[in-house]
This record gives sequence, structure tokens and C-alpha cells, in this order.
Amino acid sequence: MSDTEAKVGSSGEVGDGLARSTGDQPAGPAPSADGHGPSLVDDPTLSPVTDDVAVSHHTHTPVPVVKGHTAHPDATTTAERSPARPAVSGIKLAKIRHTQDRIFRGLAGGSGLAIVLLVVFVGIFLLALALPSLLANQDNFLTSRNWTVAGNELRFGIAGLLWTTVLSSVLALVMSVPVAVGVALCLTQYLHRRASGPVSFVVDLLAAVPSIIFGLWGLTVLGPFLSPAAEWLIDNVGWIPLFSRSVDPKGSVFVAAVVLAIMILPIVTAISRDVFAQTPRDHIEAALALGATRWEVIRTAVLPYGRSGVISASMLGLGRALGETIAVMIILTQPAPNSPFTPSIFAGGETFASKIANNAAEFDSPSKTGAFIASGLVLFVVTFVVNAVARIIAERGHATS
Amino acid sequence: MSASSTTQAVAFQRPSGPRAVKNVLASVYVIAATVLAIVPLAWVLWSVISKGFRLLLTSSWWLQSQRGITPRREGGGAYHAIVGTLEMALICAVIAVPLGVLCAIFLIEYARGTKLARAVSFTVDILSGIPSIVAALFIYALFITIFGFGRSAVAVSLALVLLMLPVVLRSTEEMLKLVPDSLREASYALGVAKSKTIIKVVIPTAIGGIMTGVVLGLARVMGETAPLLILVSYAVGINFSPTADTMGALPTMINAGRDQAPQLPGYERVWAAACTLILLVMMLNLIARGLARASRLKEK
Repeated sequence: MSDTEAKVGSSGEVGDGLARSTGDQPAGPAPSADGHGPSLVDDPTLSPVTDDVAVSHHTHTPVPVVKGHTAHPDATTTAERSPARPAVSGIKLAKIRHTQDRIFRGLAGGSGLAIVLLVVFVGIFLLALALPSLLANQDNFLTSRNWTVAGNELRFGIAGLLWTTVLSSVLALVMSVPVAVGVALCLTQYLHRRASGPVSFVVDLLAAVPSIIFGLWGLTVLGPFLSPAAEWLIDNVGWIPLFSRSVDPKGSVFVAAVVLAIMILPIVTAISRDVFAQTPRDHIEAALALGATRWEVIRTAVLPYGRSGVISASMLGLGRALGETIAVMIILTQPAPNSPFTPSIFAGGETFASKIANNAAEFDSPSKTGAFIASGLVLFVVTFVVNAVARIIAERGHATS
Repeated sequence: MSASSTTQAVAFQRPSGPRAVKNVLASVYVIAATVLAIVPLAWVLWSVISKGFRLLLTSSWWLQSQRGITPRREGGGAYHAIVGTLEMALICAVIAVPLGVLCAIFLIEYARGTKLARAVSFTVDILSGIPSIVAALFIYALFITIFGFGRSAVAVSLALVLLMLPVVLRSTEEMLKLVPDSLREASYALGVAKSKTIIKVVIPTAIGGIMTGVVLGLARVMGETAPLLILVSYAVGINFSPTADTMGALPTMINAGRDQAPQLPGYERVWAAACTLILLVMMLNLIARGLARASRLKEK
């Protein structure tokens, strides 16, 4: 407290008489206003008086010393005293120069505006560059699986990309959310505070691992490890199209989804944990008083309270999974051009992001670049919607609870 | 006390059969989930360190580039990539930190609770959800297609700004919310102007949390690969100029060598680069945690 006050006081630049005068005082017991008054009046550096607020310093009544407000008892009590006690010799406050204030406010407001514009620009510029290619496109952009963008005739569509993107992300979400909720419950309801701190730090560290390392690890370590599980699934439930045998089970959507699940785990966990931790103590104690077991407390008090938070967290995780680029690009085997469509999770494929990243070196003609930017635009719109929905769910949950 | 005498007759029972079983199953489940969540981190760290740590102990790794080194040759280092990664992150921070902090100040100190603040806050949420590849495409569209600049490290830094901004902004915002109003009021009572109050009182009080956000943001952008792929070419030699069209970086160093056969020396260098990157990022995260601990604002 006294630290910050000293800082305030010593900033002599402030164009205000009161702050200036108090800045000169040594810290310590407050001097009476009596002893301090004259020096204020005589201070030649004071700017011409313009304000009407008058402060009487020539009072002989002892000023109440407020602990912690050692330097300026006058300032805090002026408002109450001045109507009753007219100023004897009015010290009027100097006018505050607002220039600096205005500049600072302008800077702060400007950067707020800049960020809004930035997001708007992302949409506008992507659209502007994608539009010519979209108009020249010979195929249906939404339903075609072709991707012929070299040469004069543009034939491209996002059906294949959309399928792989959504399939891998939803699969990742299905694997990740149950684990994340379990971890969040363990951290908030089971572990002691002292143990939950380090554990949640470790889970948070998972979010710090760069995605390219997850990609490298997923392809060379996790992929081979998972292939027996993949084989087992193919042999036993392969009659379901989703699990049917495909050409290359190594760099498959399945492996990519497991890696994505690991990558979004810390996000979903962190948000769920925060929501569960906010469960009203009363709800938990009421359940306990009725004889509920720990699990029943969770089921009747914690989970209902945190439901919207978990849904919102899942949506944020989904948004992250949809846009993940490099890990997916490294893991997924690119299908041969014009290969037939397969719904299997054990096939390779390309997502929006991996398609763009794979072809980043080939952005040579505007029409070609435009096609890739068009798919990036779709990704932007999809993640925008997912994130907006997450935010709306979170706010609704906040409002009702 | 009198109430307890009336309830003396009631014997408390442990939960019966199915309820007790469910309770135990739930406990087992959450503990298993927690263990399962920790396994991947340990596994990734083990893979990376066991495969790549040996090269980090050689001095050439820190002092030499990959110029003239083929996958079949031993030697060379990651100096060029470390320089590139740090340089791009630094340029990004120089732009993102002031912008993020100022915007957070606007949201908390000037526009708190207004419709405008809600709108800006919503946009920041959207910004934090933008995939890195979309940020890269946007800078490509704006900078390279429309303004006609070439690919460069500066372009990468600009794309990284979009990714770092929300991290810095959100953590600054959280810290500013924690600064007690009594400090602001004390300053106003001294007649200190609002801007001065923010610069001299509010920011110094919150600086620890702001730094935490900055360090976490740096850790995030250093590991990003997608903007590097689209906006700059990977250079194997040392290059300090951020406007040149090639620049080395650790993620692209990994990406460039990821297809190598395990027998070749180049394979080990890929894992060593991964190890360097992960150590860098983990170190930043630990620093951030230390900063957050050292400067935790006491909540009253």
C-alpha cells in the first residue's frame, strides 16, 4: 500500500496541485493540516487557480489521521467538510492537463478497435482472394471431391476435406471428453489441494508441447503402437463401414484422432476443472447432509452445475482439433489422386489444414492460391461458428446458474 | 445439543451395496483418467529425450548450422534454427505485447461493462480460436498477394502476432481485474490523472501476471509450424535478416528432416531439434509458473 502511494506521489509530472504537494511529504505519521497548509499556499509552482473546489488548510481542528492514508487526510475529507466550513483562504486545485489522458485513452481504444478490425479483415481478405477462384470453379465447391487447381481449368471441392476434418475431430472429441471430465473431477473433488496443483500443472504442460512434436511422435511411436488395436478393430467390427479395412492403416485418421485427442485434452480439462471448482459449496454440503456418497455428490451437484461449462469446453476443444495443422499433416497419409471415397477411420486422408500446409510451396498462381484460400475460408467459418457456439453456451450457463 | 440427544437413536450406516460399488467405481474411473492423461506427456518427453538428447551435449549443436550437411553426414548443429525461432518470436512479441496490454487496459479500465467491451471481448474469443493456418493464410493474402512483399520472417512474425495476442490479452485482463480498486481510488484521491494511475499504479501491481502471459505466449508461438510453412522458406544456413525470404527455425528443421530413415545421422538430428524445441518451450512454461507464483496478487 505505502509502496504504491510513494510511487504516485513521486510522479511529479502530474499537473495537479494536490498530488504535487503530497509528493513532497516524507512517509510516516501524518502532519497536521495546520503545519502543512502554508507551504501549499506559497508553492510558486502551482498553476493558476481555475477550479471551484476549495480546500481549507487553515483549520485548527486536528485532522483525523486515517491509517494507511497518511499523506492526504485533507483530500479524503474535503467533500464532507467544505459545505459546512467555508474556505478561509481558498487553495484551489490546479487544472488537470488532459492531453496525456486523452492520448492514452486513444491508444487503448485504438488497440481495441485494431483487434476487432483484424478479425473482420481476416474474413474479408480471405473472401476477396478466394472469390475469383470460386467463381471460376467448374465443380460444385461443397460436394466435389476433386482438387485440380493447376492449369487453366479449376475443378475443386471440399467434400473429402470436410469429411476427414470432421471425422478426425469428432473422434478426438469422443475420446478426449470422458477422460478430461474424469481428470477435472479428480482434480477438484478427489485430490487434496496440495496434490491437485502439481497434477494440473502437468496436464497443462501437455498443452505446451508443440504440435509438430506430437506429429513426429504420433507417426513414429504411437502409430506402430496402435496398429495391433487397429488390426483387432478391423478384424472384429470391420463390417461397420467406419472400421472397414483400407489401404494404409499406419498414417490413418484413427492415429491422427488419438493424437488430436491428446492435444485437446488439456484445454477441455482446464475449463471443466475451473467450472467444477466453482460448484457452490452449499450444493455439495446439502448433498452430503442427505447422506450422498462422493459419487452421488458429483452426480447430483457438481455435474449438473458444470454441464454447460463442459459442453463449452468441448466445443473449444473441437475448434482446436478442426484447425490443427502440422500434427495431422505429418500423420495422415495423403491418398492417391482420384482414389475412391472410403468412410473408414483406418484410411489416410487430408483435412483442410493439412491440405493447405502440404501444398504451401505451390502457391504460384492467383487462381491456385485462391482455391487453397477458399478451403482456408471454410475452415475459418467453421471454427468461428464452433467457437461462437462455445461462448454462447458458456454465457447462458453463467446466466442461469 | 438437545437436538443431538433426539437423534441418538439414528444409527449412521455406510452406503449399502450398489451405492458403495458405484462410488468405488467412480473413484477408480477418475484416478484412471488422471493417470491416462499424464501418460502421453511422459511418453512424448521420453521419446524425444531418449532419441535426441545425445546431440544436445555436443558443442557443435549449439554453434553450427546445417549448411553443407546432408542426411548421410554426421555433424552440424541447430544454431541457425534456434536463432530464427528466437528472432521471429521476439519480433512477434514487440508487436503483440503492447497491443495486447493496451487492449486489455481498454477493456478493464476504460470500457468495463459496456457493450463495446463485450464486442471486443467476443472478437478476442474468436481470435483465440483462429487456427494457425488461417492466420498464416490471412497474412499471405494481405502481405504477399495484396501488398506484394515476398515471403519473409517478418511475415511469419505478423501471423504469430495473431496467435500471441489473445494469450497476452487474456492474462493481462485477468490480472487487471485482480488489482484492488482501493489502489486506484487512493491514486485518484491524490488527484493523479487516470492514465498516470494506470501506468504507475495498476500496471506495476499486475506486472507479474502480465509477464506470465507474455512468456506463455512466447512459448506458444515458438512451437507453431503452419505459418513457417506458408510464409518463409526453410534455410539450412545462418541468417539474421528478418526480411530475407529464407529463415531457419526449429519446427521447420524438424519438418524438413522428418522423412529420414532411422539409420541415417539426419534422423537423430530431427529428434535433437525436437528435443531442443521442447526444452525451450518447457523452460518458458516453468519460468511463467515461477513468475505467476512470485507475483501472485493477494485476493482479499
